Amino acid sequence: MAFVRAPSPFLLVLVLALSIFAAITATTTIPQPISDHHRSAALNLFAPSHGSFPSLQDAYEALRVFEILGIEEKHRVSTDTCKVVLENLSSLSSSLKDLFYALKVNGILKCKVNGEVFEGIASRLKASISDASPLPDLYYSIGGLVLIKDQDSNVDVLLADATGTFQSIKAQSQSDGKWRYSSDKTESSAYAAGLAFEALAGVISLASSEIDQSKVNTVKHDILKLFDSIEKNDDGSFYFDGETVGGHEHQDSLSTTSSVVRGVTAFAAAVSGEINLPGDKTLGLAKFLLGIGVPGDAKDFFNQVESLAFLESKRQVPIQVNLLFKFVLQQYFFSFCFLFFSANVTLDLSCCRVTIPLILSLPETVYSLTTKGQLKVRVSTALGSAAPPLVVKLVRAFSSGAKDSSIIESKELQYDKRSGLHVLDGFTNNVDVGTYVFVFEIVLHDTHSKQVYATGGQIHMPIYVTGIIAVSNAEIGVLGDLGSVQTKKALDLAGNDVVSFSANHLQKLRFSFQLATPHGHVFKPHQAILKFRHEIKVEHVFVIGNVGKKFEITLDFLGLVEKLFYLSGKYDIELTVGDAAMENSFIRLLGHVKLDLPEAPEKAAQPPAPPVDPYSRYGPKTEITHLFRTPEKRPPQNLSITFLGLILLPFLGFLIGLLRLGVNLKNFPSSTVPAAFAMLFQLSIAAVLLLYVLFWLKLDLFTTLKTLGFLGAFLMFSGHRILSYLASTSTKLKSA
Amino acid sequence: MARSTSKDAQDLFRALWSAYSATPTNLKIIDLYVMYAVFTALIQVVYMALVGSFPFNSFLSGVLSCVGTAVLAVCLRIQVNKENKEFKDLAPERAFADFVLCNLVLHLVIMNFLG
Repeated sequence: MAFVRAPSPFLLVLVLALSIFAAITATTTIPQPISDHHRSAALNLFAPSHGSFPSLQDAYEALRVFEILGIEEKHRVSTDTCKVVLENLSSLSSSLKDLFYALKVNGILKCKVNGEVFEGIASRLKASISDASPLPDLYYSIGGLVLIKDQDSNVDVLLADATGTFQSIKAQSQSDGKWRYSSDKTESSAYAAGLAFEALAGVISLASSEIDQSKVNTVKHDILKLFDSIEKNDDGSFYFDGETVGGHEHQDSLSTTSSVVRGVTAFAAAVSGEINLPGDKTLGLAKFLLGIGVPGDAKDFFNQVESLAFLESKRQVPIQVNLLFKFVLQQYFFSFCFLFFSANVTLDLSCCRVTIPLILSLPETVYSLTTKGQLKVRVSTALGSAAPPLVVKLVRAFSSGAKDSSIIESKELQYDKRSGLHVLDGFTNNVDVGTYVFVFEIVLHDTHSKQVYATGGQIHMPIYVTGIIAVSNAEIGVLGDLGSVQTKKALDLAGNDVVSFSANHLQKLRFSFQLATPHGHVFKPHQAILKFRHEIKVEHVFVIGNVGKKFEITLDFLGLVEKLFYLSGKYDIELTVGDAAMENSFIRLLGHVKLDLPEAPEKAAQPPAPPVDPYSRYGPKTEITHLFRTPEKRPPQNLSITFLGLILLPFLGFLIGLLRLGVNLKNFPSSTVPAAFAMLFQLSIAAVLLLYVLFWLKLDLFTTLKTLGFLGAFLMFSGHRILSYLASTSTKLKSA
Repeated sequence: MARSTSKDAQDLFRALWSAYSATPTNLKIIDLYVMYAVFTALIQVVYMALVGSFPFNSFLSGVLSCVGTAVLAVCLRIQVNKENKEFKDLAPERAFADFVLCNLVLHLVIMNFLG
């Protein structure tokens, strides 16, 4: 049962004016809401290894993500995880953090836990709350008690001295809205502020008697002060900067922002009255969170998805809109809650913890004039759930080159129930090829929605319209000295025909054609280039300028002679017309021109070397033949053989001389033993000589010397025997 | 005068030849051996003069083996010659044994240097 006094027209105008003011400076990015990409990434990231999670915190994060995204995975892991939960809850040595996360997991999985276990934990948690506890411990204890309260209503969890606890947490707040971790620390952080807000919300819900409203209001002030220090990006997204506080691990911007979102939304749910966060800040937070895309890290994924879920969540508490309170905070523009500052309204419908951001996204941003599609716009919450009844208005559309003149103004998009998209038919009739900026605005149907949702005013979206450009009236010709046309040919650029003619340096070449958009307007493409390529692969590029629809280029060869490096011969002419918005960009060989240029003077620049194939450097290099030393010149083989023969001649002469002298072997001993020794002597000499030959051919010195030792000994022995025998024989003969 | 010169040369040559014939046979064998070694050395020098001294060590070892063995043969001749009063007490077999051993050592060195 809600009654609302309609806001006055003046207020609407004021709001519109503010919205235009705000939106003009915003640059556009298109945040996409959570989609099935996220769901499949979640299944990959949070898959438990061997059916169980590494820790209770990881188990909680995975289960919470599955719960928010609606993924039915938890029954697979529930038995193992429940066992771990029960172990932790029953154990007396579990830390506060473990108890906290065990209770969180139990809240999702609903394992069967005894009431006595809860009672034991509750009394432990209550005992650990003291004035001197650091903030993380208070956070876990109070959070645990709140979870027990939700899971088992029979357990007594109410705090005896809630006001005192509230006070001790509040005492750590700083003037800029940040919080210290404990009284003996000096550094403050926004992350700690998020923990504090959540803890304070818990204290409020666990208080046996109501906490003083003024204390609650000071915390609301703290929240707003904290939001004063929020960082802003150019695209309108807001975030809290990452920070490192001594003694605690570094928190990056995502975890700090999500801690603050968690704390603020928890606090907003616990208290009556509004926090009055401006809608553009919640929208900015949603844009920041969505701008991350699909995170690759499990912790980042959990932070992103849970923060978006908290931004969307509603509470079931009737709220009293306080006129005066809002009026004070009018300086924060752009929450639609301001429409109600002329009325004192009581709503008992569920409302927002903070204003829920609505995301406008475009499934496609490139539209083709040839296919003539509809303009499609999607409006949803950040998590991808349905938006309330609303109308999307196209405020204006203008070409990105001409910001002042609008092409389309004030159109309303139709809502297509089947696809869930807002569509605009026939917009392609009004737009031509090019880039445009479309300015959208979301208008909610009922005033209650306007209080609940943040729409972000005017949203600028880039739209690209492509089309087929008509290329016509192509003509190429050679002009004489005074401009007289000497040859002229028309070309059909759609076909494949080529032209061929010749020219000398006194003539000019003229080429012209026309381009028109599907609607018949002038089109200036990004590239309109004529390229001349010589036989030796030297290229020259000329840009074709335009007057209106006609593109024309005149090449005066007399002036270009130096640029062309005085190279005469056959040139290929190639035309390139291209643009991102042109669906039929082309490169086409127009034809050939045989140029007759004068001789190059001595000091003319040489044409550049033909481009080396860049892949040729990966090929094999030339073989290197290295000559270590030129071999000496050897004599011809015949000469060497001749001299070999000649060397043998003195030997023959020696033998013949011996024969002539009448050598005989009469002195050779006849009796056996001396004969044997004589033979051995001769043989051993022969053996030594053979050893020398082997030494020369094959052996090394050491083996030779070893063998020579043996043979030498043998030789000496036999030689001595035979020679002494011969000596004794000759002395006998002499004496006889 | 030329005729008498040539006749003198012939007479000289004949006288030398007849005196030489009187030497004992074993000495003649040794002389023949020396001649053989020297001729071999000469042919090697001529070859080197023709083709260049590229493997110089081979050339040296070839020439020095011939020259060395000729020198040892000359020493043997001196020691074996009966008219030589200095080596009267030395048995020719002993001299021959020295000759053989020295030749073997020389040729070992030569073979090493030949390359």
